[in-house]
Amino acid sequence: MARMRWPSPRRGLFNAVLRLLLWLSAALTGGLLVAIVCYVCYRGLPGLSWQFLSSAESILQGTAGILPSIFNTLYVIILSLLIVLPLGVGAAVYLTEYARSRRLTAMIEFAAETLAGIPSMIYALVGVILFCTALGLQKTLLAGSLTLAIMTLPTIVRATQESLKTVPKAYREGALGLGAGKWRMIRTVVLPSSVDGIVTGCILAAGRVVGETAVLMYTAGLSTAMQDFSTIQGLMKASGSTLTVALYVYAKERADFAAAFSVATVLLFLTVLINLAASLAGKCLRRG
Amino acid sequence: MPDKTILSAKDLDFFYGPAQALRHITANIPANQVTAFIGPSGCGKSTFLRTINRMNDLIPIARVTGSLTFHGRDIYAPGVDVTALRRQIGMVFQKPNPFPMSVYDNVAYGPRTHGTCDRAKLDAIVEDSLRAAAIWDEVKDRLKKSALSLSGGQQQRVCIARALAVRPEVLLMDEATSALDPISTAKIEDLILELRERFTIIMVTHNMQQAARISDKTAFFLMGELIEYTATERLFSMPRDKRTEDYITGRFG
Ligand SMILES: Nc1ncnc2c1ncn2[C@@H]1O[C@H](COP(=O)(O)OP(=O)(O)OP(=O)(O)O)[C@@H](O)[C@H]1O
Ligand SMILES: [Mg+2]
Repeated sequence: MARMRWPSPRRGLFNAVLRLLLWLSAALTGGLLVAIVCYVCYRGLPGLSWQFLSSAESILQGTAGILPSIFNTLYVIILSLLIVLPLGVGAAVYLTEYARSRRLTAMIEFAAETLAGIPSMIYALVGVILFCTALGLQKTLLAGSLTLAIMTLPTIVRATQESLKTVPKAYREGALGLGAGKWRMIRTVVLPSSVDGIVTGCILAAGRVVGETAVLMYTAGLSTAMQDFSTIQGLMKASGSTLTVALYVYAKERADFAAAFSVATVLLFLTVLINLAASLAGKCLRRG
Repeated sequence: MPDKTILSAKDLDFFYGPAQALRHITANIPANQVTAFIGPSGCGKSTFLRTINRMNDLIPIARVTGSLTFHGRDIYAPGVDVTALRRQIGMVFQKPNPFPMSVYDNVAYGPRTHGTCDRAKLDAIVEDSLRAAAIWDEVKDRLKKSALSLSGGQQQRVCIARALAVRPEVLLMDEATSALDPISTAKIEDLILELRERFTIIMVTHNMQQAARISDKTAFFLMGELIEYTATERLFSMPRDKRTEDYITGRFG
């Protein structure tokens, strides 16, 4: 085949302009990120003391403190993952391994896809109506976690399905060839080989949970007081703000912007931490 | 000594959707011997092998008619316990496919599947199976290491050990040496000759020397038909069918 020759001068100019534009957008993206991080840290770091991190807000002394919100955030992450994992992984296993009807799987996958695109305010409404009111959970972290579990369900289902599909056929045949039943094959060979995808899904879900404000404001409450996490009763009844909600509370209700920026700084670090965990977990699991 | 038949196909037809892959296969496979399937690519060797342990059940469009019996019992009869069947009829695949677990867990997978949990018993089975597959000496110090860290030839022998660990009666091997180097291949060929004492072995091979070296009986397939099936010596020295002769003398395929 003869090599094609382009009319070069115009091409060259076009390429140069295109390159410049691409470079500009890349620079803008990176610059924006750096600017935000720097600004938040600049405003937030000074207020970030050990006392701020390790105590609750004290109205008497007039000091802010976010320890309860840190606990609430961790609790919501863990609880919502505990709820969504079995549901999401189960649904994904059913859809990719068992479901016979193509139309049914296509419909469910479409529904999950749609669910992922719904504004979180609508989840908040559903949470309020279904969990807080109908099920009588009131504004609790439990109700918030249940709502977030529904919200992150598509993420987990998708991630699990994708990694189930990448499990080599040879593993499946190897297990079946030894007389393993379908479920045993899935449990002992297929699921362990897709752990990295599932973990990635969990981390994405945790990211959404950390970032979510609207849902939790309406379903989990705004309190910044310490909750009781030591008894089942306490866990069920705990109600309060996670870090993002605390940010809102400090900025909007207390008009304490120094504290708000400090919370934002903590959130930034948490986000970075989660992303690091994601890439680290991915690397370790792929090697193992 | 008359051969004792362990597997018997009669008028077996196999279809992938509308395409027929096996036509009227009729053959008796003797116990405790090595039977080789040869033939050009796409002639249905693998398909036939995989009908024997019902691996083709995984393909939704696959359909079997005619009869295929194991110890006189129809493999495709309704109500046959496929997992029990696959336990008795083991399979080794073309590409080594150890699970991403330790060597020990790979070999113990089958016994555990079938309910052996006792540690001492498992240890014994694992050692026996690895010895039987002539790989014990090479892996005895790394039983806890991932099976994926072994060489291809070692992996394949671990896969053979894994198949032997459930104590099958029949071992199906689909081009089990085609992905291996000559030394590993020779080791596995020796192994097959030894295993013949205790197992019935059916192997697919593209390598006619290999079939001639280690099999007792050879079946020649062409376009889904079983053209000739007889003692290996006879098939290679005086084939009855012109097409067999053309194939073994390398005139086609
Ligand atoms: N999953 C499948 N779906 C549809 N057709 C198939 C499938 N597997 C095999 N076939 C067809 O069935 C015929 C026999 O295939 P088979 O794999 O049994 O051949 P083979 O003798 O093992 O060939 P090779 O020596 O290349 O492994 C071929 O025409 C092939 O295209
Ligand atoms: Mg084949």
